[in-house]
Amino acid sequence: MSSGIISAAYIAASILFILSLGGLSNQESAQRGNLFGIAGMALAIGATLIGSTPVSYALIIALMAVGGAAGGFAAARVEMTAMPQLVAMLHSFVGLAAVLVGFASYLDPAGHFVGAEKTIHDVEIFIGILIGAITLTGSVAAFGKLQGILTSRPVLIPGRHILNLAVATACAWLGYCFVGADSINGGIWPLLAMTILALIFGIHMVLAIGGADMPVVISMLNSYSGWAAAATGFMLANDLLIVTGALVGSSGAILSYIMCRAMNRRFISVILGGFGTPKASSGAGTIETDGETVAVSASETAELLTSAKTVVIVPGYGMAVAHAQHLVSELVDALKTRGVAARFAIHPVAGRMPGHMNVLLAEAKVSYDSVLEMDEINGDFPTTDVVLVIGANDIVNPAAQEVPDSPIAGMPVLEVWKAATTIVLKRSMATGYAGVDNPLFYRENTRMLFGDAKQSISEVLSAL
Amino acid sequence: MIIGIPTESALGEKRVAIAPETIPRIIGLGFEVQIQSGAGEAAGFTDDEYLAGGATVAGSKETLWDTSDIIVKIRAPEQASSDQASAEIALLNDGKTLICLIGPGQNPFLLELLSNAGVTTLAMDAVPRISRAQKLDTLSSMANIAGYRAVIEAANHFGRFFTGQITAAGKIPPAKVLVIGAGVAGLAAIGAASAMGAIVRAFDTRPEAKEQVESMGAEFLMLDFDEDGSGQGGYAKIMSEEFIAAEMQLFADQAREVDIIITTALIPGKPAPKLIVAATARSMKTGSVIVDLAAEQGGNCELTRPGEAALIDGITVIGYTDLPSRMAAQSSLLYGNNVTHLLTDLCPKKDGQINVDMDDEVIRGMTVVKDAKITWPPPPPRLSAAPKTPPASVAEPSTNLKGTPKKSSAPTLIALASVVGLILGLGVVAPPSFMGHFTVFVLAIFVGWQVVWNVTPALHTPLMSVTNAISGIIVIGALLQMGSDSRIVMFLAALALLVASVNVFGGFWVTQRMLRMFRRES
Repeated sequence: MSSGIISAAYIAASILFILSLGGLSNQESAQRGNLFGIAGMALAIGATLIGSTPVSYALIIALMAVGGAAGGFAAARVEMTAMPQLVAMLHSFVGLAAVLVGFASYLDPAGHFVGAEKTIHDVEIFIGILIGAITLTGSVAAFGKLQGILTSRPVLIPGRHILNLAVATACAWLGYCFVGADSINGGIWPLLAMTILALIFGIHMVLAIGGADMPVVISMLNSYSGWAAAATGFMLANDLLIVTGALVGSSGAILSYIMCRAMNRRFISVILGGFGTPKASSGAGTIETDGETVAVSASETAELLTSAKTVVIVPGYGMAVAHAQHLVSELVDALKTRGVAARFAIHPVAGRMPGHMNVLLAEAKVSYDSVLEMDEINGDFPTTDVVLVIGANDIVNPAAQEVPDSPIAGMPVLEVWKAATTIVLKRSMATGYAGVDNPLFYRENTRMLFGDAKQSISEVLSAL
Repeated sequence: MIIGIPTESALGEKRVAIAPETIPRIIGLGFEVQIQSGAGEAAGFTDDEYLAGGATVAGSKETLWDTSDIIVKIRAPEQASSDQASAEIALLNDGKTLICLIGPGQNPFLLELLSNAGVTTLAMDAVPRISRAQKLDTLSSMANIAGYRAVIEAANHFGRFFTGQITAAGKIPPAKVLVIGAGVAGLAAIGAASAMGAIVRAFDTRPEAKEQVESMGAEFLMLDFDEDGSGQGGYAKIMSEEFIAAEMQLFADQAREVDIIITTALIPGKPAPKLIVAATARSMKTGSVIVDLAAEQGGNCELTRPGEAALIDGITVIGYTDLPSRMAAQSSLLYGNNVTHLLTDLCPKKDGQINVDMDDEVIRGMTVVKDAKITWPPPPPRLSAAPKTPPASVAEPSTNLKGTPKKSSAPTLIALASVVGLILGLGVVAPPSFMGHFTVFVLAIFVGWQVVWNVTPALHTPLMSVTNAISGIIVIGALLQMGSDSRIVMFLAALALLVASVNVFGGFWVTQRMLRMFRRES
């Protein structure tokens, strides 16, 4: 087949991918968008298969069938609460593939470049493998943290900034050696050494970042996986890979930016890790929390809810941990049949990945037009009768607005304390991720419903 | 310890200190509860209901007072009776604890008697005004009821609808209600009146009341006058003469317009201010109603006759001083809840023993007699509950905090310039084939940037999984390398193909699965 037709197919595939992302601008067009993506992928793979002359189609189809079956199996079985883990896993595969393709490209005897082209090609390979390797182990570490295999606390090695700097310097030097090498045998060692360093760096980087910063980490790795694909596209001189990688890379970058803004933190300080550990110890104690908390029972909560006209529910990671989304949905239905207007308020960093809460609520069959973003609902809290905070802490902390020297000062938060009554479902009085005490719990109009979220909500439901 | 609940002896008092619903909570603290037979009758509670709650019934007044360790009642013990030996004060002796309303400031003689008898006394009307103590603040509970009942009494004497209606027979305008003083009672009155459909206006000397008034659905009347009436502990203080003159003028103007005036203005330890002078009251339309919640302290209206509802020149002036008692079941329940919260604080171990801990600010404030000594007045409160002045000063920095600190545009320009410089530099050294790819790359980033900003935040998770899937496009690279002659290249490519396929299939599949879940109620 002529290369012109293949190029045309690639252009069509690029457009389909762009349309696929564009489709996600609203819920109605989202499914169609995904189908565009599938069509683009089918077109791209089909055109490549027809255009190239591989050794064995059977082998290719067998490999794709095995990989596809594994992916399909995981996708069909994964629980919505475990979505962040799945996404992290998938990122690591892109990273791994980029590393493998990079090495294959370097070792491929067919690729003969000279002069500036060789230098550029070598640089492309080097960068592709570097990003791929960081993505690979970083994602595996993120997966471990999300799955609870690794601790979700930041793991801080003393002198880690110097260590990182040393690794970066070493990589630069290895890169110089690699590009300067004139034979494959001379270049492979710096390349391997750099790969190992990058693999270690990936783990180290993510280990130093705490659990609640995961939305940033996942978005960042999403971005990296895109850049890795784009670098692969450069080394193979394939525009489709470049376009797709750039799309994914910028998408992940935007998500990272949104997440950072939602925490009022700088990207660099998230990535360097160790949020609040040295700073919070000095800042946390300064918040004045006079008064005491008032506990309520499930039946009193039920009474408060049924006597309200408007209720807003603020879910957090605690809801995901307790798998309480279905019961919460039932609760909302029960309230709606009693004529109570119940809605949800979602903070951008609620949960462990962007949009996590929305997916959980969608799974529990909550209508998406009753699920509102922070900016949409913050103005409505003063006219809300009851707010139910389920497993969230820092995102509803008034200290972010009222205590200028708080570690979370300036972070945009859901202003739940402006409602007539706020009921906080919480396991205990422990502080949230940021280690900051929450003055919300001591407010006059706040009631605490202690216990496991799932247990508490089922009690409230039976009390209705 | 045994808690005894006697029948209230004061004339016309219908309330009882504890409602049957509250009994199990007190027993849960380890106490025994006994009730004088018939104590709840006037409030509508039978002895059987108390028995069902786990209390015992004492047949006579003497038995109850004699066998109880803690007496919980509403009104202060009577000091005189037809039979002096059975006066309540005489039944109290050393070692007993009394929890009731005392009015320690007004009744020094009673405190004297109690300290002579060695009765540890906690006054329910001496709860410190701090946040933590709100759950046992009986004055607030009773004020809430009084405010509500004031509207009910007004409605009862007002011969018209509250809500405006347009009926076949003609149009009925809504009643206009003016509430003076937006404390607990005032706010309750505003809530009740606006729930009944009236147009409600409210006035208070404390500017912070404006927000609360508006949140209850009333219009806040402003005086064009710069003076803050907030006194200590969230109560109002006495205002300057100029202010009072301006305020009286406002009331005089309003009185000609409104149908109902409810006054709740009190200043602690002072007679109630006379806000509605006789002329103002008489200027109201015939059939109008004034409810004076300050009647017990002399009344806010000059025409008020404490304890009575009087018809004066066609205007009903209600000066009842027993509004909470007129809703005895509700008041008893709330009073009992306040007492239960107090008992919870007194008995932290839940072992049925009380510990009057004088280091606890709330208990210290309420204890007026202990160890045969008068301990009233308590030292001044350390914290003020209502007027939170800090927010005003904090509000300013917090607005600055909301955004990132203002950036100057210089760094952005420098970044932009360096990017342009980098691209130009690349153009000088790089071969044209690279520059072609680079163009595509940069354009694709811009397209991605534009498209992804439009993605709704609700779909960020599907966005990540779909980008997972399409970054599986790296299979193309692997596929191209599968044609290589080198075995090692083939092997690496095959492995890459395998893992990238997981992405392609897994990513699209899970995206589709998630997107199917997003639904809207039809």
